[in-house]
Order: sequence, then structure tokens, then C-alpha cells
Amino acid sequence: MATYYHRAVQDLRDNGFLSSVTIITIALSVLIVSAFALFFTNANDLMNYWEKGIKIMAYLKPGTSQKNLHDIKRNIQEIYGVQDVTFISKEEAFKKLEQQMKRQSSILMNLNENPLPDALEIRMTTSSQRSEKVEEIATKIESMPSIEDIEYGQQWLRRFTNIFDLFRLAGYTMGGIFFIAAVFIMSNTIRLATYMRREEIEIMRLVGASEKFIKGPFYIESIIQGTLGGMGGIAALFITFRLISSTVENSFKYELFDIKFLSPEFYCGIILCSIFAGWSGCYISLKQFLRT
Amino acid sequence: MIDAKDNGSIIQLFHVHKYYGSKKALVDISLNVSKNEFIFISGPSGAGKSTLLRLLYLGEPVSEGQILVDGMNLSRISRKKIHLLRRKFGIVFQDYKLISTKTVFDNVALVLEASGKKRKFIEKKVRSVLRTVGIEQKINALPPGLSGGEQQRAAVARAVVGIPKIILADEPTGSLDSDSADIILNLLKNFHAHGGTVIVATHDKELIRKAGGRILHLKQGHLYFPG
Repeated sequence: MATYYHRAVQDLRDNGFLSSVTIITIALSVLIVSAFALFFTNANDLMNYWEKGIKIMAYLKPGTSQKNLHDIKRNIQEIYGVQDVTFISKEEAFKKLEQQMKRQSSILMNLNENPLPDALEIRMTTSSQRSEKVEEIATKIESMPSIEDIEYGQQWLRRFTNIFDLFRLAGYTMGGIFFIAAVFIMSNTIRLATYMRREEIEIMRLVGASEKFIKGPFYIESIIQGTLGGMGGIAALFITFRLISSTVENSFKYELFDIKFLSPEFYCGIILCSIFAGWSGCYISLKQFLRT
Repeated sequence: MIDAKDNGSIIQLFHVHKYYGSKKALVDISLNVSKNEFIFISGPSGAGKSTLLRLLYLGEPVSEGQILVDGMNLSRISRKKIHLLRRKFGIVFQDYKLISTKTVFDNVALVLEASGKKRKFIEKKVRSVLRTVGIEQKINALPPGLSGGEQQRAAVARAVVGIPKIILADEPTGSLDSDSADIILNLLKNFHAHGGTVIVATHDKELIRKAGGRILHLKQGHLYFPG
């Protein structure tokens, strides 16, 4: 094994240009796939973050007593899928409205009394932040006797969920296509590199080299090229990510959303895939050459 | 099916034919080559000399007939065992067949590496053989940087370094000047003097005259035994 490794490293040096081109091509393929994966995972996280913002506002009938309020809160809290219930008094709501209206808040000064009702703000658990589930919870709350009206952006929520679903489906499909294309490119790059050295393989056979002796270093080379290409692609992505993430993060600083690099499991998986793609390209080539 | 017997022959051909489609390259060749023989196969270009050599090391299969090499019946050798047959030969190819990206040392060492020899032994042996063929100073050169004569000597060094039983040389002096041709011939003679069998395919009459040895003549695929 040590001899094969020694020969593989020497072969990589002897065929320096070919090896470099192979490694760069693998690195570029990995870069494209992992860049897409990075964009998609962050976009997905961002959508999940936005989904967490989905809430139901339940407006109470005027004159609801403190005891009644306590019972309603408890009843809502008991509904499956509800995470927390916050009471917003009509005074609090009025203050918020004043803050939101800023310069136009003078309009509110002319009002004789606060027209806003007491309300409950209801947030759902992560698994219940789907339009169907939100609608189901909203219907249950609406049917409670002390609830006058309910609001949760029905139309907007349905569109938002549909767009998210479409985005995820497109993301997984494109990711899958990119992945298959990258594996194909990597595998064929190694295959072509091995093909370029078919004369060398033929000479080795003619001077009495066994198949094991010929194949061993080629497999090791393909693994080295796959590893270096995979690591190179991830490294290039990381550097690019560091360079542009600070700019992008500034745009999201009010959103309490962090842009993250790929998880170690994910990029280790990508490197393993590039190793496998390299190895399989080498396997196919050698099988072709040694069969003749 | 013919069985391998040790009757002093190292190579035996029995009614060997080779066709390429409808073209007959070799026709009904039967031949015995004894151990430690020096044989020339002469004939014009296209007579089938190179084809005959290729059949011996299973560079391609026979169309009909059988060949025995040092007790191995070539019809019975599996693809995975061909390397064992080829290790019996040292082959000097007409076009040298040196790996262009590897140094002279690495090209010659390849034969010993393939047979699992230790690194220290390989270093010593390759240097010694390159000294014998007179290109030790080119040990780290790449083949494209060598002259035709030097490439041919490197090819001979590779052929003899593994101490094979038989050397097959296909037009070994074809493109060389007279001095370089003499060096190659002396190397082959030296190998023969140490007990090896040599088969040279050539149309170079001067080379045959200088070397001596048995002469066979191939013409349009037919083998003749002059005189």
C-alpha cells in the first residue's frame, strides 16, 4: 500500500498539468453545488424565520371581565399547536398605533375615546405554522363566546405558504440536478485524465505489470484528486462567504437572522461525494482499458 | 490441445494462423525455439514479423493454432495471468514505448517495481543496467529529451533489467546510425551470452550478418527456413 501511495504521489507530480486541471475542475464543480446549497439552506432558514412571525390576533368583546379573560387565555393555550398567548390591552394597542403612525399620530388626538378593543396575540408552535393548521386554530378561537373578531392575514398566509412550498420544491429539484451534473463532471474529468494516460497503462501491461499494480496508484490518485478538489471547492466557497457575508448581514441586522456557512456534516458529505465521483470515474476508465 | 513439455524448447508454435478480417497476416506457422537461441526473423515490411512477435507475448491472440512459451499454453492463460507470461519476456519495441512523463530511471525501474522488488535493490540494479547500456548520465532525463539511439538503449535497459528468459526485439536498430546499432547488438549478444534467448525481427541485413545466429524468413505471412 505504501508503495502504491508513493507511486500515486509521484504520478501526480509527473503529470502535474493534467492533475492540476483535474483538481481545479473538481473544485469548480464542488463550488457550484455547495454555493447553491449555501444559498438554499440560508434562504430556507430565512423563510422558517419569517414563518415564525405568523400570529393570530383575537379581538375580545367589550366588557370582558378579568376572570373571563383568564379562562379564555387558558382555553386557547390548551388548543394543540398554540405556543403562547399574550394579552394586549386596548391602551397598549393605542400606544403602539401612535408609535407606528409617527407624524400622523395627531389624527388620534382628536378621538374622544380609544376605539381599539382588548386583544390576544397568539403564536403557534413551529410545526403548526402552516396555513391549514393556522386556519384550524383560528376557527376554534373564533367560535369562543368572548371573541368578537379574529385576524391572521388569511389571504397573505395562503400565498406565502404556497410560495414557500414552490421555492423549496424548486430548490430541491435544482439542487438534485446540480448535484448529479457535478458528480457526472467530476467522474468524467477523472475518466478523461485516466484516458490521457492510456498509453502509460498499455506500456505497464506490456512490461508485465499486474492489474493490481496498475490500478492501485490510479485509485489512490483519484481519491487524492477528489479530496483536494472537494476541499478546494469548499475553501473557495468559505473565502467568498466570509467576504460577502458581512455586507449581506448588514441588510438583515434588524431581522435577528444570522447567515450561516454550511454545516460540517454537509461539507464533509460533499467532499466524500467528490472522492466517490473521482473514484468511480477512475473505475470506469480502468475497466474499459484493461478489458481490451 | 497441446500440453507443455520440457523438450529443450522455450517457444513452440503449432500451425499458427493470424487473420485480420479476410487478410491473412500469418499462415500456418510452426516453429521451435530452443533455450539460449539467437534467432533473426527477417523479411520485408508488412511480412508479419511484428505480428509474430506480438502473438508470443499475447499482444493479440492467434486466430488458429497454439503457442507454448516456457511451459505456458497461451490459449489457456486467463486475462489476469497475462502479466506472468509477459514477465518471461523483455521486449524492445520498434517505437521504444517509453513513458514520456517518466524519467529514464522510472521507465527502467517500472519492470522491477511491477515484480515487487525492494526499492534499494531497484536503485542499484537500474543504475548498473544504465551504466552497461551507456546512458547512466541520462538517468533523470525524460524520453522526449533523448536522441533516438539513447531512447533505444533505454528501451533495451528496460528489457534486460528484470533478467527475463527471452528478449523480443522488433527492429531494434531500425532508425539508428551504425555505432548506435552496434551498441544495441552487443547488448543483445551479451544477454545471449549469459544464457538468454533472443528473437530479433528485422529487415537490416547488415545486423544479421554481424550477429550470426539462426535466420528465419517471413514473406507474405509464410515462414521459410533458409539453408
